[in-house]
Amino acid sequence: MITYDKLMSLDRRWVFLFLALVCVGAYISSVEVPLRVNKEVNKIYNFIDTLKPGQIVFIAIDYDPSSQAELHPMTYALSEQCFRKGIKVIYTALSQNGPGMADQAIRDIGDSMKVDRTYNGVTYKGRAIKSGVDYVFLGYKAYFAIQILSMGQDFRLPFPQDYYGKPLDSLPMMNGVRNYSQIACVVDIGAGNITDAWISYGQGRFGFPMALGTTGVMAPIYYPYLNSGQLMGIMGGLLGAAQYEQLCDNPGLAKDGMRVQLFGHMVIILFIIVGNIGFFMSRAAKKREGR
Amino acid sequence: MKRSTYIVMAVMALLFAVSWYFKAATYHGNVMSPLVAGFMITLAAFLTLAIISFVYQDNPFYKFAEHLFVGISAAFWMCQSFWSTIVGNLIPRISTGLSKYFGQPYRDEPWNFVYWLPVILGILLLLRLSSKIGWVSRWALAFIVGTTAGLSFIRYLRSDFMEQISSTMVPLLAAGNSGESLLSNITLSATGPFVAMLTNWVIFLGVICGIVYFFFSKEHTGLFGRASRVGIWILMITFGAAFGYTVMGRITLLVGRLTFLYKDWLGLIS
Repeated sequence: MITYDKLMSLDRRWVFLFLALVCVGAYISSVEVPLRVNKEVNKIYNFIDTLKPGQIVFIAIDYDPSSQAELHPMTYALSEQCFRKGIKVIYTALSQNGPGMADQAIRDIGDSMKVDRTYNGVTYKGRAIKSGVDYVFLGYKAYFAIQILSMGQDFRLPFPQDYYGKPLDSLPMMNGVRNYSQIACVVDIGAGNITDAWISYGQGRFGFPMALGTTGVMAPIYYPYLNSGQLMGIMGGLLGAAQYEQLCDNPGLAKDGMRVQLFGHMVIILFIIVGNIGFFMSRAAKKREGR
Repeated sequence: MKRSTYIVMAVMALLFAVSWYFKAATYHGNVMSPLVAGFMITLAAFLTLAIISFVYQDNPFYKFAEHLFVGISAAFWMCQSFWSTIVGNLIPRISTGLSKYFGQPYRDEPWNFVYWLPVILGILLLLRLSSKIGWVSRWALAFIVGTTAGLSFIRYLRSDFMEQISSTMVPLLAAGNSGESLLSNITLSATGPFVAMLTNWVIFLGVICGIVYFFFSKEHTGLFGRASRVGIWILMITFGAAFGYTVMGRITLLVGRLTFLYKDWLGLIS
């Protein structure tokens, strides 16, 4: 009985310490975690993979540094897939701290693009990606719902210039590109209610094919939109990002992180089981003593 | 303050200085000067550790990091909105002089009242700071609330109401491609007709029982009560899935910070 009571009153900081030790241990280890790719992630990959060079994908980077760990790997894998296949990309960042995230991602992907790489057995020559030619970064404007609606009329309404201050009309890539009608699909990588606005005001109003990359916390909320056909695919949390990296044959931070996920979840499940055993044993012991 | 507090703060300052020195000495990038880069990385690492220290207990380092984050976020948001919306969108449409001052190309468009409307509403909002005529700000606020309500009404009606109801209207007795046997391809991951029909039944019963649970005008007894119990189970399974994803999200945040500490700060992994 005393043991059960002790178990029930265990200081939660011991749990944190144990979990932290396991996570750090898993992080520095080199265990390979096998992944099974979900249908909803596969659909996004296949859609992008079948686009022709020169077509345009719209990637909305709607997250702040607090969601960087989960969503940055999606942006990296997806963008590099597009650029390697010659697909052009329009970026926006309608979250306040999003422009920094997008700018960092574009610079890092630009560095990676300069190197020859082989993905899924195909060797791609390294090349420099240019703003205005291979991609356009529109930047940030407040009140995302209004911006999403106005981009449906003309990108130049909310964004007369790109993030770097160049008028959109002066960018070769934007020649003949007015609104969502010239876009193959929108992929919103978001961690807030901007995602709702993209589904309702964007997809609902203009009917473009839309995919979603979102945090683990938010992912279950958006599955009904997948079922209704409003979304063609969802990448949920680090698992979704790792699955996309696997499909792209471009392992990165997400695949690395799955090691920690595996062992971290095992520890949490262990503590849930131990905690429940302690609770029921302690209750049974108290009943026996007539307390 | 206690003597021990001074000692802790002195040790932290010393560690900060040592880290700054080593990061500056080993910095190879060309984005900023080594001294600045060393300071920024060290500051980010110490703020990360300060936030994580809350797991042990509330402390002044955590409080400092928390307040710094909130303050910087608010200031950053204000600057972003000012430079991107007011300077980037509004000024080039209303004033030659201001466009020149802010280095923006003036758009020579005919005078349009629509561009002045947000200026007027914005000024009205700022009048809230005045105790005498602060009530005028309610007009601007009413405009914002009205617009948001109107947009949200359409939004929910279309994508969260109509679309979701229509996607719940699923065939219960036949699913999949015509001509396919109902019992063909019975595996968990299959897209065959039997599994599709089973999925449709789960959606149908799940929605009905979930709604029954939230119907409080009739006592939850008999068949109605049993449906309500099923509704609770459906909700619990949903919450369980959300909890699992949440745990994954939280561990991912830890992974992100570990990556920063081990890779960018300590340089222990490549």
